[in-house]
Amino acid sequence: MTKSILLIGVGGQGTILISRILSAGFARMGYDVKMSEIHGMSQRGGSVTTMIRYGDEVSSPNFGEAEADIIISFEKSEAIRALPQLKKGGTVITDDYEILSVPVLTGASSYPHDALEQLRAVVPNTIIIEAFKAAEKLGNSRCQNIVLLGKFVKTMGLDEKADWKELVAENVPPRTVDINLKAYELGYNM
Amino acid sequence: MSDKIMMSGNEAIARGVWEAGVHVAAAYPGTPSTEILENIGTLFKDDIYCEWSVNEKVAFEVAAGASIGGARAFCAFKHVGMNVATDPIFSMGYAGVNGGLVFVTADDPGCWSSQNEQDNRWYGPHTKIAMLEPSDSQECLDFVKAAYELSERFDTPVMIRVTTRVCHSKSLVQTGDRKDVDVIKYERNPSKFALLPATAIARHPVREKLLAEMEEYSYDCPFNRVEETEGAAIGVITSGISYQHAREAFGKKASYLKLGLTYPVCGKLVREFCEKYDTLYVIEENDPYLELQVKALGFTGIHGKDLVPACNELNAAVLRRAIFNEEPGESYHVEATAPARPPTMCAGCPHRGFFLSLSKVLDKVVPAGDIGCYGLGTQAPFNGFGFSLCMGAGFSTLVGLSQALKRQSDPRKALGMVGDSTFFHSGITSLIDIVSSESNVIACVLDNSITAMTGHQENPGTARNLMGQSSPVVDIIALVKACGIDEDHLRVVDPLDISAMDAALRDGIEANGPFVIVTKRPCVLIKEVARANGKRHAVIDPEKCIGCRMCMSAACPAIAFKDGRSMISEGSGCIGCGLCTQLCRFGAISIVEE
Ligand SMILES: Cc1ncc(C[n+]2csc(CCOP(=O)(O)OP(=O)(O)O)c2C)c(N)n1
Repeated sequence: MTKSILLIGVGGQGTILISRILSAGFARMGYDVKMSEIHGMSQRGGSVTTMIRYGDEVSSPNFGEAEADIIISFEKSEAIRALPQLKKGGTVITDDYEILSVPVLTGASSYPHDALEQLRAVVPNTIIIEAFKAAEKLGNSRCQNIVLLGKFVKTMGLDEKADWKELVAENVPPRTVDINLKAYELGYNM
Repeated sequence: MSDKIMMSGNEAIARGVWEAGVHVAAAYPGTPSTEILENIGTLFKDDIYCEWSVNEKVAFEVAAGASIGGARAFCAFKHVGMNVATDPIFSMGYAGVNGGLVFVTADDPGCWSSQNEQDNRWYGPHTKIAMLEPSDSQECLDFVKAAYELSERFDTPVMIRVTTRVCHSKSLVQTGDRKDVDVIKYERNPSKFALLPATAIARHPVREKLLAEMEEYSYDCPFNRVEETEGAAIGVITSGISYQHAREAFGKKASYLKLGLTYPVCGKLVREFCEKYDTLYVIEENDPYLELQVKALGFTGIHGKDLVPACNELNAAVLRRAIFNEEPGESYHVEATAPARPPTMCAGCPHRGFFLSLSKVLDKVVPAGDIGCYGLGTQAPFNGFGFSLCMGAGFSTLVGLSQALKRQSDPRKALGMVGDSTFFHSGITSLIDIVSSESNVIACVLDNSITAMTGHQENPGTARNLMGQSSPVVDIIALVKACGIDEDHLRVVDPLDISAMDAALRDGIEANGPFVIVTKRPCVLIKEVARANGKRHAVIDPEKCIGCRMCMSAACPAIAFKDGRSMISEGSGCIGCGLCTQLCRFGAISIVEE
């Protein structure tokens, strides 16, 4: 059975790095893996999505509405943006972190501060963590993505199936290996 | 599976180019094709001469020259880039090659980062050039390598047509080694390569004959395959990424004719396939390119664009709805909606200063836009320009626009803008037209010292090239002057200096005849610039801020308005560019360097 994961965040948050680690992990587990990123206009503070699909044999790298088994969201309101892609029974892991977009800053658009309460009320498998805050406390807010990775691995029960710490170490900049491993632990134990 | 690695289609193409023994590669950046040459530049520059050319036509001609000279050559561009390059491409279609010549057109169904969804498969028959369509990263690598054999065997350039989801999806790839290929000796051969009318008319039948031979070859070539499913009554003809979506949507219900060589299409193969199935579908994104060819073979009952949408990207869910009337499964719904989150100019972006000043004179000018990060300036609150077409048009449209405005007694002046990379790409020729037509317009070069929108590629103004070597700087201001703009009609300003920027626009509006403004300030994302900026940022004194929102008119993502006051929080991305300090009339904003 092919599983579909949607990662969503804001340009610059590091969604692509954890997508890379996840797909390397699935490949190491012996799955066929495809991952689809959208570049270009989505940088510069726009909404960014990555899709990962793994299974015995994967054809399409991307998928449509109501087809995601799991959504990993780096930002509160982005979880709402991605919601129509989630299958009934699927899981949302989201950071409780807000990034106000320019239309919100200028007052042209409003921000749903109660997004997560609403999400929790309708999606039974909603997991909310403070990944950004944890990474900031650790000393580098850029490790937010690895905190989320730790939580994802734990939630999905994938810890036994690949050496995730090794994968983290292989994929982050060499100077940041230690802090990222700590970030992984933090997320895993959240 | 362990020795396979995850590669994007673009990485795999770059790898394929290297494995094929290519000697010369040239491109102009454009999403989704950019990473191909970036990868060649970082990984393979010791074996391959590679460059960012000034535009796609130049890039293709660099590659064509290498091919004619006997080297294996490669070129890449995004779909609209191919429009710019087609003049030499058509010619090389007639001339053929010496060393193998392969180029990539990366199309963008869904317009993720483009001005249209043009389907470049039509260029196959149009240019009479062989076309291959890989469906995943492994095929990207394999097809590129095989394309060089095809190119040299059939004396033809070969076009590889990919799409965003092929370029930017990663899948597992088995790589190989580089093949050493000798450069073929260049011999003067004007009857093949010097396309004067007499040569060209003689080359045309040669080309038609080669195409016929290629179609014969295509019947059992390695690019096409039939995937039969036992007992299936449905036959699906497909290519490229659509093959993957078709497999997802039809699964075991269908057999597949997967075409990799989509020009020329093998009529015999299609005919044999179609005759076996009661129900037939052509599954393809955007235009009915294959469908029309299948119908031309007499299979008029085949389904295609009668069901499958011609607009936007496909995916399996779209196909299930189109073919089987299957609605998507159930999801969840909340009342809350996500806020608009369009891409915006970064904190510290020099373009912001330009648009801030421009927004104050919109009653005096009619702005034309172009393509680059400054394209974001059309959005609120700047509402910077009302139209943009393609690279270079930000200048050339001014000539006609000023005539149109004059004829409707509209006193406003036409004003256009292009970035530095766009100026080199096709702004120079447009500026020459402005000068020689003596058009009464304002042409602005927004020079941020990099090709920013596509992710920071070098250009002739950057002092460094794709291979990481230092290179001579082509001076934009000297060029502007050489085109015939004198000092009186030229202003060079720092766009983040509001009064200087305002003054330059004012001078331009008052001037007569062609007027050029060059804004000079590097993109804040350039590594050296970011490093030099250090920890500089702005702080807002909450005691002095009265909440007048003047600073908010800069629409900077680093400034938030909370509880009646502006604030710049940590992690906001502020680099202390100083635009907001100039806007604040209460001295509430200062720059700190800690
Ligand atoms: C013919 C064509 N080639 C390539 C592109 C892709 N493209 C869009 S913007 C851009 C770069 C613009 O750079 P520059 O003019 O320096 O502006 P900046 O983004 O730096 O502000 C490119 C290459 C395109 N849209 N059209």
